[in-house]
Amino acid sequence: MKPKDIAALLDEPACEHNKKEKSGCAKPKPGATAGGCSFDGAQIALLPIVDVAHIVHGSIACAGSAWDNRGTRSTGPSLFKLGMTTDLTEQDVIMGRGEKRLFHGIKQALDSYDPAAVFVYNTCVPALIGDDVDAVCKAATERWGTPVVSVDAAGFYGTKNLGNRIAGEVMVKQVCGTREPDPVPEGIERDGFKVHDITLVGEYNIAGELWHVLPHFDELGLRVLCTLSGDARFREVQTMHRSQATMMVCSKAMINVARLLKEQYGTPWFEGSFYGVADMSKALRDFARLIDDPDLTRRTEALVAREEARMDAALAPWRERLAGKRALLYTGGVKSWSVVSALQDLGMTVVATGTRKSTEDDKARIRELMGDDAPMIEDGNPRSLLDLYGRHGADVMIAGGRNQYTALKARIPFLDINQEREFGYAGYDGMLELARQLCVTIESPIWSAVRSAPPWAGAVGAPPSAHTEQEAASHA
Amino acid sequence: MPETTITPPTIVKRNKALAVSPLKASSTLGATLAFLGMNRCLPMLHGSQGCTAFGKIFFIQHFREPMPMQTTALDQVRTIMGSDDAVVEGLATICRKQAPAIIGLPTTGLTETQGADIERAVAMFRAQHPEYEHIAVVPVNTPDYAGSLESGFNAALKAMIERLVPKASAVGTKSGRRKRQVNVLAGAHLTVGDLEHIKDLLERFRLRPLMLPDISDSLDGHLADTDYSAVTIGGTPVEELQHAGDSIATLVIGGSLAGAADALAARTGVPDHRFAHLMGLEATDRFIATLAEISAEPVPERITRQRSQLQDAMLDAHFALGQARFAVAADGDLLAAITQLIAGMGAETVAALAPTNGPALQQVAAASVKIGDLEDLEQIAGAEGAEVLITNSHGVHTAERLGIPLLRAGFPQFDLLGGYTRQWVGYTGTRATLFELANIVLGLHKGEIHAYRSTLKQWPDSESASGWAPTRDAAAA
Repeated sequence: MKPKDIAALLDEPACEHNKKEKSGCAKPKPGATAGGCSFDGAQIALLPIVDVAHIVHGSIACAGSAWDNRGTRSTGPSLFKLGMTTDLTEQDVIMGRGEKRLFHGIKQALDSYDPAAVFVYNTCVPALIGDDVDAVCKAATERWGTPVVSVDAAGFYGTKNLGNRIAGEVMVKQVCGTREPDPVPEGIERDGFKVHDITLVGEYNIAGELWHVLPHFDELGLRVLCTLSGDARFREVQTMHRSQATMMVCSKAMINVARLLKEQYGTPWFEGSFYGVADMSKALRDFARLIDDPDLTRRTEALVAREEARMDAALAPWRERLAGKRALLYTGGVKSWSVVSALQDLGMTVVATGTRKSTEDDKARIRELMGDDAPMIEDGNPRSLLDLYGRHGADVMIAGGRNQYTALKARIPFLDINQEREFGYAGYDGMLELARQLCVTIESPIWSAVRSAPPWAGAVGAPPSAHTEQEAASHA
Repeated sequence: MPETTITPPTIVKRNKALAVSPLKASSTLGATLAFLGMNRCLPMLHGSQGCTAFGKIFFIQHFREPMPMQTTALDQVRTIMGSDDAVVEGLATICRKQAPAIIGLPTTGLTETQGADIERAVAMFRAQHPEYEHIAVVPVNTPDYAGSLESGFNAALKAMIERLVPKASAVGTKSGRRKRQVNVLAGAHLTVGDLEHIKDLLERFRLRPLMLPDISDSLDGHLADTDYSAVTIGGTPVEELQHAGDSIATLVIGGSLAGAADALAARTGVPDHRFAHLMGLEATDRFIATLAEISAEPVPERITRQRSQLQDAMLDAHFALGQARFAVAADGDLLAAITQLIAGMGAETVAALAPTNGPALQQVAAASVKIGDLEDLEQIAGAEGAEVLITNSHGVHTAERLGIPLLRAGFPQFDLLGGYTRQWVGYTGTRATLFELANIVLGLHKGEIHAYRSTLKQWPDSESASGWAPTRDAAAA
């Protein structure tokens, strides 16, 4: 990818970070950097498209340590669960055989698995030795007729976030608009019930949580043309352009997709969340507002009223157990406020929330929810998180998987909120799961045991050997 | 020296373009693992930030521990224009912020392709930052396009020896000056549980193990007094390496460690005893006999007892394991160990698979070893009628499609807790492994007679409609 293309992607007009004098994302600092690379971001963004063969073009480290380790779920195909890589060897690098191996690799994927499409992710080594991945993909498409899409997001181009954007842009520019949607199945539409098409961007169906939400869309007559990219099929991505409204779900990473769909096809978009009763209702209402069909609005209001009443009853016992419990929340971007709202729904107090990747807009929403002096965590290094936890007397830390062992080492309750997790929290029913999992960790009987000192030693963690040596001496 | 005379297997090379469901973990990660066995260490991978991020998740999921790992975070400019200053900046940042005792510096495919001269970059750092002279820095070339986890581990070990173990001729170390101290070069195939057992065995002979490296002290999943540390909390202290030359002997466990073992012997003159692995009665016998010889101590009664327990277990298990057909996929040393163990029980490895070729494969007890991925393994195992699969957690889907059970071994084991604590070696570890393998085979219910539905029998109406299920009683009636 050319430097000017990268610069253009970093200069995202819809991104709030881009409005102050420092534009774009910060450069990584050697020796003090956390988080993934562009390849990581691009792959994560697209991997949940389940009927595509995802080929990583590179040497083993890129795919070898990253395949099949996410919690995204499929209703059918499991092709996306297979890690495919050209696994370049030293000879390939020296002799420049990478392109050839890739070309044959694409053929092998087509022959063995008959995928709907092939996505090829470029990585550092081939980018550096000058493999022309775009040309190989083009040639492969022409030769075999199955779409082969080049996703050129080598790790050294930049951060994971940039990779998300590259992936999104490739989808809009190369895949979207190449097919018209199927007709709505017979017998669904009737007087006063017209089906409208929508798109969800940034929804990954982690642990199958989208399945909490889809029944509501079906009831309202909202057809999800495409999710980018949880449980998506390639043929769905092709039809995104016909969507009547786009929702950016809980993530700004692919904000360029929403903007491009608006610019190129006039599709209005909004940013929302499926976490928490209040936000779930708001998301449904936002769709009704953008689509502006009085029948839809009426149906939406009825559904929201019914579900909120149902949840009030279902959550009552959980709210009793969680009332007054204090949570330290450290997560990125939109979740910095959307999860706050979910936790407040449960009667909990959020003592501080992370804002590392949040925009000014996100921060305004936090203030709305938590008050003007809401403590915001800019730098979430493990040390300061634990200090904050102690200072605020929190009862649970809620963060991504990478902080899980930070919490557990410090012997404090923890809930995983990011994409490696095993439970789905979205939708009205997801709240019940969230409450249950919070109680599992907060109410666990282990805490006093794991914090207790050994009976024979004065201090926590004092080596037992002193005791045994003494004992041995006295026996001698 | 091999424990048993093995007919070397035929090595079948990779013959397809695409690796599907790869078995290979990179040599970069192998090197990182070796460094993580050193105390107060922070490995910094020289590559783009993803090289570290992916590796970190890989190890976090396996060990369920926070993993101290950093990156030189190459961007586009440094990738093209040269990355030496990123190394210097990264090293200086880590020294200033984390004050580790040692920084491991493995390279990646990116920086090796770029042509980075890691030695020179470290020399630049030394010249510019004399104030950090006391912090050891060990660079090692580990492009991921060559070798695999095992070879990277060996390379890092060798690099540490060459950087940090002084030559006997220069400092005057002398083998046997420390009569009870024994160097242990512990290969990548050994789990935390294995290492703990090995140390325990040495201590029973009143020997003091100097482990190189020791992930059982750093990645063993213990709660330390501190709640957070940016460097490893445990592992072998760097200073110990100063005295490796005074040890009475060196034990080398893992055929892949030949390079590191040669380097240590050449620098120190300490006599070494090499073991391809420590699984099974025969291998353990030799190890225990060696310990008795080095220490001049009698073998403790308890160990003799454990040996006879293993013999008893072998008797019990041979009914189930005899003629059982296994598919095994792992890096060379582990593959050699497991295939030898099951061969010794009368079972057959019908599909043996390794990610890369290497001398260790000559020790594999199978007719042939395929170099390849889990898709290859699946095809061979299916064609050969394998009954049990032994490989890492990625084998779950392979086993599902083959319809056979899986025993997890090697890296990574991300879908269960405590895989890293499992002890495979020694009499006790072997006994536990044999019981587990036998129970898995018993669970296959091989040879069970399925119900037969006679067409002549007068079936009740309720069972003649579609959807009935035959019962044993009905068939017997």
